[in-house]
Parts: sequence; structure tokens; C-alpha cells
Amino acid sequence: MERTTIDLWFGAFVAAGFAALLVLAFKVGNLGTERAAKTYRVEVRFDNIGGLKVRGPVRSAGVLVGRVEEIHFDNERFQAAVSLALDQRYAFPKDTTAAILTSGLLGETYVGLEAGGEDKKLADGDRIQIAQSAVVLEKLIGQFLFSKAQDDAPAKK
Amino acid sequence: MVERVRRSLLRLGRNFIDGIWRMGVMARFFGLVVAASGTSAHRFRLVMREVYFTGVLSLIIIIVSGLFVGMVLGLQGYQTLQRYGATESIGVLVSLSLVRELGPVVAALLFASRAGSAITAEIGLMKTTEQLTAMDMMAVSPMARVIAPRFWAGVISMPILALLFSSMGIFGGYIIGVVVIGVDNGAFWSQMQAAVDFRYDVLNGLVKAFVFGIAVSVIATFEGFDAPPTAEGVSRATTRTVVTSALVILILDLVLTAFMLRDDG
Repeated sequence: MERTTIDLWFGAFVAAGFAALLVLAFKVGNLGTERAAKTYRVEVRFDNIGGLKVRGPVRSAGVLVGRVEEIHFDNERFQAAVSLALDQRYAFPKDTTAAILTSGLLGETYVGLEAGGEDKKLADGDRIQIAQSAVVLEKLIGQFLFSKAQDDAPAKK
Repeated sequence: MVERVRRSLLRLGRNFIDGIWRMGVMARFFGLVVAASGTSAHRFRLVMREVYFTGVLSLIIIIVSGLFVGMVLGLQGYQTLQRYGATESIGVLVSLSLVRELGPVVAALLFASRAGSAITAEIGLMKTTEQLTAMDMMAVSPMARVIAPRFWAGVISMPILALLFSSMGIFGGYIIGVVVIGVDNGAFWSQMQAAVDFRYDVLNGLVKAFVFGIAVSVIATFEGFDAPPTAEGVSRATTRTVVTSALVILILDLVLTAFMLRDDG
């Protein structure tokens, strides 16, 4: 086998592998869509985050505006501290509210942002003050049964 | 009766001990190959030549199989997803199953039967015709000159082949899903991008392919080096390469997947 032919094939082979990796990273994977955008961090505290996960979506008006970057338990307030990485293209007022929502009955859990009316915008490191926790279905059923029992009690007299 | 039970137990025990012993010899062989890789590093052309024979010549079977596996996944996935009205997710189904599992595993199985068997036959025949002994006589280490370049060529080729397999498979899924069936092009790619994570899916698949490359290369070179120097011995060694490689790939795949799975979504 000619030396240059082998060199040529080797080069083409490695280049093809590299091209395949790039295709898988940018066309198939999420490297092209997400890491490119610059983000700023905003903190929120929730009483209950339900099934929220790291890298879960943050949506406002249904549009993806960021990702959940970190979740940890605040042992002084006994709350979940969630930090969101929001896309720098979108600015939100200071009095924006955050809520843990679920898309559909079985869909993924996400953080929903509802813009407020203030002129000042959230900056890197700020905290969203008003947060609504996840709706826990068991609690809801429990409350329903409890109030149902209360309604029934006087009727029996 | 007692004699028959005794004899079958004897055979079982002997096979078991033999298996353990072979694993030990293979592990030591692996160490020797790595220790003798210096020549492959500073005479890289030796490795490049072997990459041509193991990797480049496997390209056609890898590309064609990848394309067809992807197309079949597309068709089968469509049948099932259609029932739930989620045909746009076909890209997610095809890409995740290829990138995480089928790409590395099927490419490794094809690589073992296409290139691994060739390596075993070649080294076994070199041993049978006493070429390896002749090299030793001339103070050329067959380990460094023959075995190590083939080993490293396999380790280099395998991840590249797996990547190409996955890409071609996704292209096959695209052909069936978007071009033939008519799933929306934008939804096909955007749902795929939302579901496939570069680190957890693509890179983990690459790690798998790399590990399979090491396993297949060690088995192929070892079986060739260990083959009895007869025509029958070489043929048996070639068969054993393919069978052992397939089993090891599938077992390793289970172990690696169990380690890589994460529970945070």
C-alpha cells in the first residue's frame, strides 16, 4: 500500500469521525442551542419544589427563557433554594413572581415566571421575592376530604 | 451413574478453572501490550497503517448498517408513536436509542466480526508460519511491532466508527421520518435537540465505544497470539474472537449503562 494513500485515508477517517462528533453535538445534541446564550443567575426560594430537577426548563408565557441551574436545601429557613440561569436576552421586572408548574397532567415540571409591573429589572444575583410552591396532589386530596367531612358533620345532627 | 455425575462435575470444574486462568493470562497480555506501546507512539505510521485496515475498510459496512438501523427504528417508532399522536417525537426516539445504545453496541459487534476476526486470523497465521518467531530472532519484538499497533488502531477506530454509525442512523431516521412519512422537519430536529444532552448522552456513548474498542482489540490480538499454530487452531481462534467479543460487549454494555444512568432526569 502506498504511503500517501494510507495517510490520506487516515486523515479522511479521523476527519469524518470529528465531523460526526460535531453533528451529534450541535445538530442532534443541545450544545449549539443552549451553551451559546449568555445567562444571568436569579435565586428563588420555594416551600416545595415538587418534581423540579436540575436543568429543568424555566418558562415565561410558555416560552423557554432559561434553565434550572442548581437546587439545594436551605437549612436555616427549611426551604428549597433554586437558582435559575436566565437568558440575557430577556429582562424581567424586579417584582416578577415564580411558580412551580407542570405542563399537562403528566408532563415535566418547570418554573413559570410571571412578569410584574415595576420599572427596575432583575440583575445577576438578585432574588425573586414572591414564589408559589408546587401543588402536591396528596395534600390537595387531604384538604378536600377534610373540608368534605366538616361539611357533612353538622348535617348529621 | 455416580461415575457419570463425577465426570460431568470434573469437566465443569476444569472448564471454570480454565476460564479464570485465561482471563488472568489475557489481563497480563493486556499489560504487556500497553507496556510495549512505545514503538507505536513514536512510529505512529505503523498504527496509521492498521487504522486503514481495521477502521477505513470497515466504513462501508458501518455506514450502510447505520443507515438501515436508523430507517428501521424510524419505521417501527412511527408505528408505535402514531397511537399516542406523538409522531414528532420520532427524532427523539431514533437519536436517543442510537446515541446511547445502538451506536456503540452495534458498531462494536460489527467491528468485532469485520475487523477483530481479521486481526486474529492475521496474527494467528503469522504465528503459524513462524513469522513472529523470526522477528524475535532478529531482536524485533513482535509485541511492539505487530500486536501493539493493531491494538491501538482498534482503540482509535472504534469510537470514530460508533460516531459515524450514530450519525448515519439519525440520517436514516430523518429520511424515513421527514422525507417519507412527512413528520414536520422543524419539530423533528428541535425535539431531538431538547432531549439529547451532549455530556450525558453523546459523550457517554463515546466512552462506551472507547471501552468496547479496548475490549475487542485485546480479545482479537490475544486470540491471534494465543492460537495453536495449526490451520484448525487459527480457525477456532477466529471464531472465539467473534463469540467472546460479542459476549463481552453486551456484558460491558450492561455494566456501563448501570453506572451511567442518572436519576435526575
